Amino acid sequence: MTETLFLQFATAILFIPLISFLVLIFFGKKLSDKSAIVGSGLIGSTLLLSLIIFFSKINYFHNQTFEYTFTWVDFGYYDSKINLGIMIDNMTAIMLVVVTLVSFLVHLFSISYMKGDIRYSRYFAFLGIFSFSMLGIVLADNFFMIYVFWELVGLSSYLLIGHWYEKTSAANASKKAFIVNRVGDVGMFTGIMILWSTFGTLDFEKIFSLMSLGVIPFESTVWLTAAGLLIFCGAVGKSAQFPLHVWLPDAMEGPTPVSALIHAATMVAAGVYLIARVFPIFTADALIVIAYIGAITAFVSATIAIAQYDIKKVLAYSTVSQLGYMVMSLGVGGFTSGFFHLVTHAAFKAGLFLGSGSVIFAMHHVLHHHNDHHTDPQDIRNMGGLKNKMPITFWTFLIFTLAISGVPLTSGFLSKDDILAGTLAFSDLTGHTIIPIIAFTVAGMTAFYMFRVLILTFMGSHADSHRIDGIHESPWQMTTPLIIFAALSLFFFYSPNPTNASEGWFYSAVVRPETAVPENVSASSIESFEEAVHHNHGKAITLSLLIAGLGILISFATYYWKKISADKILNMFPKTFKFLNMKWYFDELYDKTVVWFTMTTAKVLAWFDFKIIDGLVNGTASVTKSTAFGSGKFDNVVVDGIVNLTAYTFGFFGLIIRTIQTGKVQTYLAFAIVGALMIFFFFN
Amino acid sequence: MNNNFLNIGILTWMTFIPVVGMIAVLLVPKEQKTTIRWISLGATIVQLIFSVIIYTNFDRSLAGVNNAATMQFVERYSWIDIKSVEWFGRIHIEYFLGIDGISVPMVLLTALISFVAVLSSWSIEKSIKGYFALLLLLDTGMMGVFVSLDFFLFYVFWEIMLLPMYFLIGIWGGPRREYAAIKFFIYTLFGSVLMLLVLIALYFSVSIPDASTGELVHTFDMIAMMNPANYEANSLLFGLNTSWRYIAYVGLFIGFAIKVPIFPFHTWLPDAHVEAPTAISVILAGVLLKMGTYGLMRVAMPIFPDAAIYYLYPLAFLGFINIVYGALCAMAQTDFKKLIAYSSVSHMGIVLLGMAALNTQGMIGAMFQMFNHGTITAMLFLIVGVIYDRTHTRGLNDFGGLMNQMPKYSAIMVIAFFAALGLPGLSGFVSEVFSFLGAFQTFRWITIASTLGIVLTAGYMLWTLQRVFLGELPEKWKSLTDINNRELIMLVPLAIIVILLGVYPTPILDLMNASANELVDFIKGENNLTILGQ
Repeated sequence: MTETLFLQFATAILFIPLISFLVLIFFGKKLSDKSAIVGSGLIGSTLLLSLIIFFSKINYFHNQTFEYTFTWVDFGYYDSKINLGIMIDNMTAIMLVVVTLVSFLVHLFSISYMKGDIRYSRYFAFLGIFSFSMLGIVLADNFFMIYVFWELVGLSSYLLIGHWYEKTSAANASKKAFIVNRVGDVGMFTGIMILWSTFGTLDFEKIFSLMSLGVIPFESTVWLTAAGLLIFCGAVGKSAQFPLHVWLPDAMEGPTPVSALIHAATMVAAGVYLIARVFPIFTADALIVIAYIGAITAFVSATIAIAQYDIKKVLAYSTVSQLGYMVMSLGVGGFTSGFFHLVTHAAFKAGLFLGSGSVIFAMHHVLHHHNDHHTDPQDIRNMGGLKNKMPITFWTFLIFTLAISGVPLTSGFLSKDDILAGTLAFSDLTGHTIIPIIAFTVAGMTAFYMFRVLILTFMGSHADSHRIDGIHESPWQMTTPLIIFAALSLFFFYSPNPTNASEGWFYSAVVRPETAVPENVSASSIESFEEAVHHNHGKAITLSLLIAGLGILISFATYYWKKISADKILNMFPKTFKFLNMKWYFDELYDKTVVWFTMTTAKVLAWFDFKIIDGLVNGTASVTKSTAFGSGKFDNVVVDGIVNLTAYTFGFFGLIIRTIQTGKVQTYLAFAIVGALMIFFFFN
Repeated sequence: MNNNFLNIGILTWMTFIPVVGMIAVLLVPKEQKTTIRWISLGATIVQLIFSVIIYTNFDRSLAGVNNAATMQFVERYSWIDIKSVEWFGRIHIEYFLGIDGISVPMVLLTALISFVAVLSSWSIEKSIKGYFALLLLLDTGMMGVFVSLDFFLFYVFWEIMLLPMYFLIGIWGGPRREYAAIKFFIYTLFGSVLMLLVLIALYFSVSIPDASTGELVHTFDMIAMMNPANYEANSLLFGLNTSWRYIAYVGLFIGFAIKVPIFPFHTWLPDAHVEAPTAISVILAGVLLKMGTYGLMRVAMPIFPDAAIYYLYPLAFLGFINIVYGALCAMAQTDFKKLIAYSSVSHMGIVLLGMAALNTQGMIGAMFQMFNHGTITAMLFLIVGVIYDRTHTRGLNDFGGLMNQMPKYSAIMVIAFFAALGLPGLSGFVSEVFSFLGAFQTFRWITIASTLGIVLTAGYMLWTLQRVFLGELPEKWKSLTDINNRELIMLVPLAIIVILLGVYPTPILDLMNASANELVDFIKGENNLTILGQ
């Protein structure tokens, strides 16, 4: 492999999915069922290329970064340009494999899962454009390009969530996802504007190096922190962090494989990837905010997940919670562990979603067969006892559940344990003890609710004994991805030592970058943080094992052995349960505040525009018109009236005088005599 | 440079080809409807071909703006020259045409939109002869405005365009057409009067030496008006930063603001759009609105750079108001056309914001936004027109589920909608981002506040998309037909331009780069920039 070859491969990886999109959008109708083969084949080739890049990068070009940049727009003024470019470092190489692998397996899974769908080819086309957008984020070497693909991911997610747009709920969910994401994106864009006006470039490397030389926005560390947090807003949107997490659970309206691809493994991970990518620009204050946002997200969504019955909703909230974990980890300074959790989580969460897809597929078919349109195929209360009917789905689901719960020998244990050690280290260094407390609590809750799902779905007896016989294991296109993901959820892919990830290749490949912010506002150094982590490692393992074990135990006691009655507890705290079941009423809160306020303002302004502004225009017109009318009247009555009056007056006298002008000499003579007599009389 | 064709300048061809078409249309008996349509289409196609010649021959390195020597395709003749009038002096009006980077994109846009407008008028049946004659006259008026460099000539074309517009709305419009037409006419005329006053004041203030005799002669030459040395001492507009200059600038500004339209002079727009036939809405949104911002860039700002800088902050603030106010008003509309009309108000706000930034990115963003808004909004109005032709309603709540019924139509619509809400990969995004990037450097808080518009636009656009295209198809629309070939021919080129320029904007940015930089430098250079606070 040479540098050129790396870059050529990367370019091919980026554009092949776009080609898949274009081919399927224009020729999908003709290809019909073959669309799936075309789509999967093209994505499969990107997986191969990604694997080649990955292995040669990690093994032979460990410390090199390959970059290709070109000028996209030249403003022709003071060297002001906007560049586009791709870059490959170890993080990119790892993410390329994650994205293309999950995308390929989801393609494969969808071949059967989506069979008979009215827009089968369009579905695969949209998977293509999604992969293209996501890979663009992964490869971007500057803020502008990452922002471009960031928005394109928003578009593809809109298209995929709204795949069944005839359903109002699906149309609403896709719209909500796009708009909520846009709120985050606007924050990110504002951050980009700050960086552009400070540095005159948007390339990562140039910004980092200028910043390390002491250039900061508007010579103020407050603006520097603000810039970091605004960029982070983008991550809050995409990675569904509090308070913008509300779109993700609704996004489950999309087909289940889509949830596995974009709402578990890739799109939502983009936020975490962004934080990691631009990590050097965060000040200590910004990182603390990031850590708290992550912790709050992790906690809030874990509490919600406990009270959900829809299998996909539980997984959705568990995803939000785990993403909070990753964000928190990056915030406390656990750079590698946060990114590591992204990778391990991608495998087991994609597996969980596909596993749930397999279950829903089976449930859907049997319900369809029984002509039952009332029973919800996604409600775990309608399931149970599927273990023997769907063994592959069950065993893989079990591995995923163990991994997400952080049980030893799984990948999840490796990453989670290190995150927990990181939070303890952070608390030692900064005194924010609440962070590790939340982190450990969430670990216990996760183990509890994930086993709750597992037990209610697969163990015990089925909710309806007539139905159970009709349930079958899914076809191989669906089970193969499950098996692959299950294998990837085991420890040995990542580290030879099942209790310590730092001995594996991952920790030498992905290293926390040096900060670029001035020393007086930077977080604690890499060395001191690592020392504190090392110090807390044993404590973290012990505690996490205890807490995860406790969570699993309570779950079994409640749902399997039924020693604890869930119903009784619910009845003891009905309001709390309702509160959690209704997702802390976030949607209602936003509806009643932000949405209501916007809509009301819109209506009031439209009224104002129509009645007042346009009223003034029309008022001016009518005033002018009445003035004109008035002056017309004046002209008619007064001016013309005077003229007429004058004429009339003359006419009147004329009339009178005319009467005496009789034309008779005798009359004139009489007047003359009378006149003469009068003159004589007066002057005498 | 291929400046002439049959010994007549190419800009003259561009401008008067439609008049030739108009005369031909008038000579054809009114029964021959097809002939009339094809003559009109032919005229616009010829115009389009000339615009391609201009595009290929335009020298990208010349800036123009305040320098007549770097203007291109110049044609300059004496038009009216009355040697001596007792109390007035000599009246000298020139036929002075020329283009630079500010006008070229507008010239191309006008040719393109006129062609599309003729195509979209194919289904007009009422007094077809008069309709096409007026449409072509309108084309001449618009083109003339963009190529004139003599202020008097500019004013003449500006007024010429009013008349056909008035009749096109007033005769071929919807139920309240007369109200809308009169409102449009009087509103614009009000602006024109202010412009005329400033024009006269400028004429008496500016004089340049006559080419042959060397004596000082008053002139309407815009470029001469940009040079402070040409102002006669003690004339009304002599000097810099005088109150008369501020007043004159505001007068011009209002004249142009009505056209843009800038809040609070915008209420003629929704009425005009709602009542106008589709093609006229397309021209109105696609070209006419740009004449306002073009006037600001070509006339008001470079002639009064001191005043332009003095009023920069209000300009940016009005940009913000337009963006956010327009978006919110759009959100509350239930009439498809009104919604698009208010979205225009919002999108033209971005032009103002970018312009006010007074830096390279902002100015290029603003100019590019003018072009992109022209193509995108034209698409949006055509889309409304297509559906209105079939259903005779524009109520957003009357529709739903058209996506499955009209797939080709919906695909085009998705492109137009996402372009309007600024999705990367489509042209609207590029100009929006550049305008904002530029504006932020000059007006930090106003720009941050304006980004609210980005979210609101996504909101109302997607909501509209959902109401019309997603969900269940109502029973009454089950027989709707997808778009036909003629409609495709008018929509697809626009869609292609929107995508191409979104992916690679350089073909248009190239044209305006030099002029945008020159314009910024020129306006800034005249003055100290201390007034420019944050």
